[in-house]
Amino acid sequence: MHVEKIMNRNVISLSPSDSIEKAYQLLVNHKIRHIPIVDEDHYVIGIVSDRDIRDASPSILTNTPEKDVLNKEVSSIMSSPVITAHPLDFVEEVARIFYDREIACLPVVSNDKLVGVITEKDLLYTLIQLTGTHVQGSHIEVKVPHKPGILPEVASVFGNRGVNISSVLVYPFHNDPEYKILVFRVQTMNPLPIIRDLRNAGYELMWPNNIPEPRL
Amino acid sequence: MNKDIKFVFDKSLLNYHFHNDHPFNQKRVILTKELLENSGQLAENQIIVPRVASDDEIALVHDPAYIRTVKSANNMSPENLIKYGLGTEDTPVFPNMHEASAQIVGATLTAIEAVLVEGAHGAVNFAGGLHHGFKQKASGFCIYNDAAIAIKYIRKNYDLKVLYVDTDAHHGDGVQLAFYDDPKVCTFSIHETGRYLFPGTGNVNERGIKEGHGFSFNLPIDAFTQDESYLEVYENALREIADFFQPDVIVTQNGADSHFYDPLTHLCGSMAIYERIPEVALEISKTYCNGKWIALGGGGYDIWRVVPRAWSQIWNVMKDEQPLHGDLPITWINNWQKEAPVTLPTTWHDPIEEIPVIPRKKEIEEKNHVTLLNLLKYTKVI
Repeated sequence: MHVEKIMNRNVISLSPSDSIEKAYQLLVNHKIRHIPIVDEDHYVIGIVSDRDIRDASPSILTNTPEKDVLNKEVSSIMSSPVITAHPLDFVEEVARIFYDREIACLPVVSNDKLVGVITEKDLLYTLIQLTGTHVQGSHIEVKVPHKPGILPEVASVFGNRGVNISSVLVYPFHNDPEYKILVFRVQTMNPLPIIRDLRNAGYELMWPNNIPEPRL
Repeated sequence: MNKDIKFVFDKSLLNYHFHNDHPFNQKRVILTKELLENSGQLAENQIIVPRVASDDEIALVHDPAYIRTVKSANNMSPENLIKYGLGTEDTPVFPNMHEASAQIVGATLTAIEAVLVEGAHGAVNFAGGLHHGFKQKASGFCIYNDAAIAIKYIRKNYDLKVLYVDTDAHHGDGVQLAFYDDPKVCTFSIHETGRYLFPGTGNVNERGIKEGHGFSFNLPIDAFTQDESYLEVYENALREIADFFQPDVIVTQNGADSHFYDPLTHLCGSMAIYERIPEVALEISKTYCNGKWIALGGGGYDIWRVVPRAWSQIWNVMKDEQPLHGDLPITWINNWQKEAPVTLPTTWHDPIEEIPVIPRKKEIEEKNHVTLLNLLKYTKVI
């Protein structure tokens, strides 16, 4: 999936000469945590986060707060240079950057211009879509040997019963490289025939499991 | 005690029948009716015959295009049906599907009218409670959402505040969505968490939108939850919600699929929860609603061992303010044992040795308690 599919195109940005106070108001009013800073050509020159602004703000414990620090330019506190993404980057690459660099927002830049932002929240939303939990369904987990052809073999059980699969995830089985866990979300309220077929075909189910007793 | 209560029944309600291998089986209603009759609990003059719902009434919730599709489902292509959730494994097309579904809606409306027009204290329609029906989509064995239609009907004609309580093991998603923006209808669903079970929704943070925000309550409980934990969280939540909302009438959806015998879900309740659930409903109806209470059916897929006893206890509590104890009538067992694929129970309770032992019981109780506390945050202005 490309970044352009999930990025936010209505970007709120500031110019470097805007005040910290203005940035603070934007964060509060729009419930956002990051603001890209762009020059007159929409070229990204920095980014400020809610934490940058908090660091710059006077302590709430100070008796005589020096409010005028908030009148300084955002360029004085912005992070620069900025890590950016391209609309055609993959979503998983962005996830990798967030994880490695411990950040939560990337401005998306195309032809040297700011065209969007992608945040941690967009990624989590995508994760929800990937798990299929946003549509009605039942959940089945199958432990399978990690070998070629196993996925279509298991999936055919669902196909034979005419049941739609809304998502498939492949998880590692603890640290055992010999096995994988296949997680299916299927669009039925009655998974019993499928569960029966899977058991009859010799697959081990992680869910529904055998606590407290074998049950379908 | 001589309360005026009504049992809506007619053989036509059994026409809601997908096919012989489908888990949704309305034979449950006959089994329940006969169990009550054989127990001397149900008299001829308490049974009322349902009317049929009109298209306009069904359209209180459903799209006209959807109703047209249900009517002509037998002549439509699979591609056209699937858009409306029809012709699937869960809701396959069957002959006269519209008529059978409209009959169930009519039966629920008959129960509503018995209480709100005729002045009965309570009424039951165990053929109803099809809570997964959506505006333009069938799902989860449900075509028309009789519960949602009935509540719209109450809102339109009587301007009463309605508390809808859904104890089916599956989340009451269709009814919740129908009133998600309506502050005059409060929906409360307790169900097995959607992590594994259909439909997957019903998280505690689903609270309603717009004016209806704050009038939708969900209590998702862990798989393998047993009686004590179920009742602790259920009773606490319902009392607080009722006190917060102050309803004028209560409509309960009584799916009977949270029992350890139920094949489709993973909850592990015993008959003890099906004695308390109606007792708490009765208490709420007396405290806030002048006793006005309409009880519907719902899910329930062990039609022999669980559903007839569970639903009969609703009627018993509505009638006598307490459930029955001891042995089931021998006539009922003798009449049905030969047809039943399992050994029928002999007592109203489950024998203690039948109740499964759950290794993670303590953790499950703790988890459910935390969920309860999360829900209760929304019932009070602190």
